[in-house]
Amino acid sequence: MPQSLVKPSSRISVVAGRAHRRLGTLGMVCVTIIAVIVLTTLLAPLIAPYGPYEGSVADRHLAPGVNHLLGTDQSGRDVLSRVIWGARSSLLGPLIVIVVTAVLATAIALTAAWYGGRVDSFLGRVLDVLFAFPNILLAILAIAIFGPSLLTASLALAIGYVPYSARVIRSVALRERNLPYIAAARMQGIYGFVITVRHILPNVWPQILTGMTINFGYAMIELAALSFLGLGVQPPNADWGLMVSSGQSSLLQGYPEQSVAAGLAIVVTVAAFGYIGERLGGRRAAGRVR
Amino acid sequence: MAQGQTDEFSTPEIRPEHAVEFWGLSRTFVMGRGRTVQALDDINYAIGHGQCLAVVGESGSGKTTLARIVVGLERPDAGTVVLNGHEVRFGASRKNRRTRSRLVQMVFQDPQGSFNRRLPAGAAVDEVLRAHFPEMGRRARRSQMLRLFADVGLEEQHADALPAALSGGQKQRVAIARALAAEPTIMVLDEAVSALDVSVQAQVLQLLKRLRHERGLTYVFITHDLSVVREVADAVLVMRYGRVVEAGPVSQVLDSPEHPYTRLLIDSAPRPGWKPQRNLRSRLLGAET
Amino acid sequence: MLTIDNLELSITDPDTGRVSEILRGNSLTLAAGEALGLVGESGSGKSMTLQCVLGIEPPGSSVGGRIELEGRDLRALRGEELRRTRAEDLALIAQNPHSVLNPVLPVGKYLMEGMSEARSMPKARARLRSSELLRSVGIEESERVLRSYPHQLSGGMLQRVVIAGAISAQPKLLLADEPTTALDVTTQAEVAAILDEKRREAEMSMIFVSHDLDLAAAVCDRLAVMRYGELVEIGTPEEIRDAPQHEYTRELMNARPKLHPEEA
Ligand SMILES: Nc1ncnc2c1ncn2[C@@H]1O[C@H](COP(=O)(O)OP(=O)(O)OP(=O)(O)O)[C@@H](O)[C@H]1O
Ligand SMILES: Nc1ncnc2c1ncn2[C@@H]1O[C@H](COP(=O)(O)OP(=O)(O)OP(=O)(O)O)[C@@H](O)[C@H]1O
Ligand SMILES: [Mg+2]
Ligand SMILES: [Mg+2]
Repeated sequence: MPQSLVKPSSRISVVAGRAHRRLGTLGMVCVTIIAVIVLTTLLAPLIAPYGPYEGSVADRHLAPGVNHLLGTDQSGRDVLSRVIWGARSSLLGPLIVIVVTAVLATAIALTAAWYGGRVDSFLGRVLDVLFAFPNILLAILAIAIFGPSLLTASLALAIGYVPYSARVIRSVALRERNLPYIAAARMQGIYGFVITVRHILPNVWPQILTGMTINFGYAMIELAALSFLGLGVQPPNADWGLMVSSGQSSLLQGYPEQSVAAGLAIVVTVAAFGYIGERLGGRRAAGRVR
Repeated sequence: MAQGQTDEFSTPEIRPEHAVEFWGLSRTFVMGRGRTVQALDDINYAIGHGQCLAVVGESGSGKTTLARIVVGLERPDAGTVVLNGHEVRFGASRKNRRTRSRLVQMVFQDPQGSFNRRLPAGAAVDEVLRAHFPEMGRRARRSQMLRLFADVGLEEQHADALPAALSGGQKQRVAIARALAAEPTIMVLDEAVSALDVSVQAQVLQLLKRLRHERGLTYVFITHDLSVVREVADAVLVMRYGRVVEAGPVSQVLDSPEHPYTRLLIDSAPRPGWKPQRNLRSRLLGAET
Repeated sequence: MLTIDNLELSITDPDTGRVSEILRGNSLTLAAGEALGLVGESGSGKSMTLQCVLGIEPPGSSVGGRIELEGRDLRALRGEELRRTRAEDLALIAQNPHSVLNPVLPVGKYLMEGMSEARSMPKARARLRSSELLRSVGIEESERVLRSYPHQLSGGMLQRVVIAGAISAQPKLLLADEPTTALDVTTQAEVAAILDEKRREAEMSMIFVSHDLDLAAAVCDRLAVMRYGELVEIGTPEEIRDAPQHEYTRELMNARPKLHPEEA
């Protein structure tokens, strides 16, 4: 078969070529940035010059120099190291959000699209109610009940994101469900669940993926905001949002390094995800009209 | 021989010698704001095992709707469909649908929409094989699929192609192969050979005729091509505005048509030296009741 | 008017890297107001030829050769010029109407969009004109059809909607890909007559893909026969019918099913 003619090495270049066509040069730059950030996160123990909590008050507010490339914070901890370590919780939170959102939204959307009728309108009603709550409010409510932590904040945000995503996925799934080939498969007596997973899911997958990419950026900003308010990650953990907030007083004293470094990390990551999401399917795909 | 159109006033009786029967089928579509379209109005016919019933008629006259009701994809407002002595109900349970799909398969008029665009053509056939013959292994399914492809004049390379990478006629043939994969006893074909050139069409018609002799397959064959009707069908139903205007054995209807619309149809079929004409239907105005 | 010179098309499968040769160096010319019938085996590349003329071939294609419309190299056009040429000079009746109609819009929207873009006419006029157009292709309940979504219409109705859309653009070159396969023979005759009339009135050229040799012969000035991506024969309908040169053409003539058994 002609398949054997294809060398494995050329497979990678084929994939890269396709990704390039889809995302453009800037998109490939964004992919690279994200890859570097993820790698840094995984290799933090090897890369970071210091531990996240290492440092003494004697070394506070050192200017950037050879020992501390980005200087130190108010407790004398190395800012660069904390940015590198902080990437963990800063990326983990949004990751939890988008995975939980995608799973819940897809399940709801496919159920609504498959059964239609009363099931569809009931689920639609539930989503409407959820939709009426602002995300942050929902998160603050959950935190008031379960106490502040990354997990609580992420789960609460995820619930808040479900209505947007579920609606978009439902509309695409519904269009797919009404295509004649689904009727043909149903006529064969194939289980509805099997048809949904084998036929409908792969066809709405691009929307799910786009939504996840775009939501990642939003989740990162909103989680940072929650950490900033003291409702997410708790000190002394390293976290970008938390660093921006605890760098605030230093900022006023004329030591902007910590806030700027963490803030920049957030902006670059959010921008990279946002651009890829944009290229994949545009803002509408994530269901956001803001 | 065809059973012919039954007397309008006779009570429906389910007879085992009939493969496909339908009685008093009517269907009206509601379009919103109180507007309705009557797609079918009291359609009756019955054909025996191993027969081929052709359905011809004006575009929009309800042929596809009739086909969808016969296979249980559409709900009739009134009337009954009986296949091999079993009454067909719309929206029956999954088990019933599975049983029915062993009995009857349909080839859809829109070959593109009847495929998942992310699934290679061969996989679409494979899915049907998997659903109906769970005891079959992967290899056996693959070779059966390739055999079906060869039967309709397609090659192995087409099995690995996505629907979008197939020509119109190739998609139609995959659809036929998929329907045959379930080894039904009744096939409903909605314009299933319309996109085939005459030589491939001849091959497919030959295949259908062969299966009919070998397995006693019964066909409901919707087409616009009267020469195809002549070639494969035993009986023909001529439809217009959701009604049957004429029905009977092919030779009778095509050689001595009684209804003016049937005559018009026969006259407007292309043949050597034929020229297209406008306002053909206005010729019917006086003749119509 | 249209010159196709040594048109080649090969498509590379993005996943396997396999290259398939679809068209193998075909040439033909078309005069203004001339109709060329394209017949041939299923999968021989008829639809692909039309797609190359329009420049809408599938991703992974590489096209060789030249296509000229009134002296302009169609494949070199870019941006605004390309858009205008496509909108004003060319029209396609696609083989599958579903591929051009948006499933979530009423078909009336499709017709009026095409019209007001090409001619920027007011909405009410566009609506009236669409309704007229549909009636001219034999759709009696044109008002209902305009308001219907594609899934609510029969195959032949959809095909006529697309035909009406193509005619309304008053193109210089109409590319008709099996435009009447879903139509009953009476409607087919009427639609063929309309295409014929438009062609004579407006000096419109046409490439008419069909499987029906008699139909193609009646509508076209010349016939071209394709097989395996190659143009194997081209000539007037009489030449093709009475003295087919290529073996495949003879096969086509013989395989033709007969409506009347006594027909030779
Ligand atoms: N889901 C639907 N909703 C509303 N109207 C419908 C629907 N399906 C079909 N119709 C209407 O019913 C009539 C019959 O349609 P059908 O598809 O059965 O025609 P057909 O005989 O198959 O025509 P063709 O030869 O053109 O395919 C048409 O007027 C069509 O608009
Ligand atoms: N995207 C694609 N990738 C690879 N091959 C393709 C692609 N699209 C079409 N083909 C192949 O190109 C060939 C020509 O296709 P085309 O649609 O032009 O045929 P056609 O002459 O119009 O046939 P038909 O009469 O059946 O519509 C076919 O063999 C088809 O399998
Ligand atoms: Mg139909
Ligand atoms: Mg084609």
